[in-house]
Amino acid sequence: MSTPTKNKKPKKELTTGQKINRRNFISFGVFAVFAGGAYEGWRWLYKSREETLGVTGGARKPLRRALNKTELFFRRVFSDNHLVKTYPKSMAAKRVRVNSDIGMEANKKFDSAAWKLQVVKKPGEVLQISLDDLKKLPKTEIVFDFKCVEGWDQVQHWGGVKFSDFIAHYGLSDLTKMQYVGMETPDKGYYVGLDMPSVMHPQTILAYEVNDKPLPPEHGAPLRLIVAVKYGIKNLKRIGSISFSNTRPRDYWAEQGYDYYSGL
Amino acid sequence: MRWAHWVNFPVLTVMIWSGMLIYWANDEYSITLFGHTFFRFFPDWFYNTLKIPHRLAEGMAFHFLFMWFFTLNGLLYILYTIFSGEWRELVPKRNSFKEAWQVLLHDLHIRKMAPPQKKYNGAQRIAYTAIILMGIGSVITGLAIYKPVQFYYLAWLCGGYHFARILHFALTLGYVFFFVIHVIQVFLAGWGNFRSVISGFEVVNESPKPVIQKAPEHEHADEK
Repeated sequence: MSTPTKNKKPKKELTTGQKINRRNFISFGVFAVFAGGAYEGWRWLYKSREETLGVTGGARKPLRRALNKTELFFRRVFSDNHLVKTYPKSMAAKRVRVNSDIGMEANKKFDSAAWKLQVVKKPGEVLQISLDDLKKLPKTEIVFDFKCVEGWDQVQHWGGVKFSDFIAHYGLSDLTKMQYVGMETPDKGYYVGLDMPSVMHPQTILAYEVNDKPLPPEHGAPLRLIVAVKYGIKNLKRIGSISFSNTRPRDYWAEQGYDYYSGL
Repeated sequence: MRWAHWVNFPVLTVMIWSGMLIYWANDEYSITLFGHTFFRFFPDWFYNTLKIPHRLAEGMAFHFLFMWFFTLNGLLYILYTIFSGEWRELVPKRNSFKEAWQVLLHDLHIRKMAPPQKKYNGAQRIAYTAIILMGIGSVITGLAIYKPVQFYYLAWLCGGYHFARILHFALTLGYVFFFVIHVIQVFLAGWGNFRSVISGFEVVNESPKPVIQKAPEHEHADEK
């Protein structure tokens, strides 16, 4: 009787060993399958086709979809009551950083004195407003941390007309029922599209002053947009025209792979 | 739990890589003490080898997709750890700091005896809890940078937009440091330990114990 038990013992041990081996085999198999799947998934994403150029462009198709979905999510937390942090004037930079001159390059002819803001109320009906007219409206100043997609930020002091004041004064409230605002430089070389809530935010201004002085050309004279709830790329310099629409207006950097919303 | 660990590895890799695509656009951080710059992030050869330059938009697009995976995975991990009760194995105890010091001395071959331990020793408890806190920190500082106006209170909590960005960057350096130590430890702990992280083997490994009469396995110690 003792021999069978002796034979049984190593057999039992073997089964445990086999069990261990089997479990190991399965786990490693599953692990390998998932690792392979992850790798394939990554390759699919990395090599996925670029979107066709429209209002947006330059990004991989799935990534653009993700950006747009993420925009919808974060639009939910947007509120006029969420204000950008403001600073005392003394903290504003004396030398305000200049990052770009697209749409207002030095070799381009531009007559600042003859300039008038073109507000397209509907196709064919354009409201023309001079800088002097704008300066008659109440002035709003803001000292805030200007943020660039590149990563830098600088406390800057701007002055001008609050966009919502401008809308109210010129009786354009009906137009703000639309979803987007488009702004372009006079030469149409730089252009931005903005969602209505961000433009009507109380800290969005049409600026004609920086550090209490009229805008110099490199900062977008005579009039530029300061939209504190967006990255710098949306803060158009030298505004030529403003229009309203229910579809996304074209946007210079969104065409080059950046998020259309670019909200902060 | 090990699932979350293995999901996190590729996701965090993508986050760090895309983060560097973003950082390149304005690489101003350096370590400067008393006016002397010791180190600038990063040298040109480093950028060029990894093909980092001029890919800001791409980096942002990847970063803002994988942030979801990183956050969800982390959240699942934390919830699982809480509800399974496994946090008891992970959170440092009162003696963990003393124990961690002994583990450190042992690992550096200064001290012969390793302190007795259960699943995780004091040093592991501290490191693994710290890395989770760092993960939470990355999500919070990340949100503070991503939507500093909508989440102004987070930005305030992180010392403002500018400082939040530095913290976010420093945490990433922390991950890289953790990763290096972590991988060295895994190599030292040996194949059996690595295998268990894939198979969840610890349970099975303990069952033959009474037959073989072997000392319980520990991560760092007990070889001698």
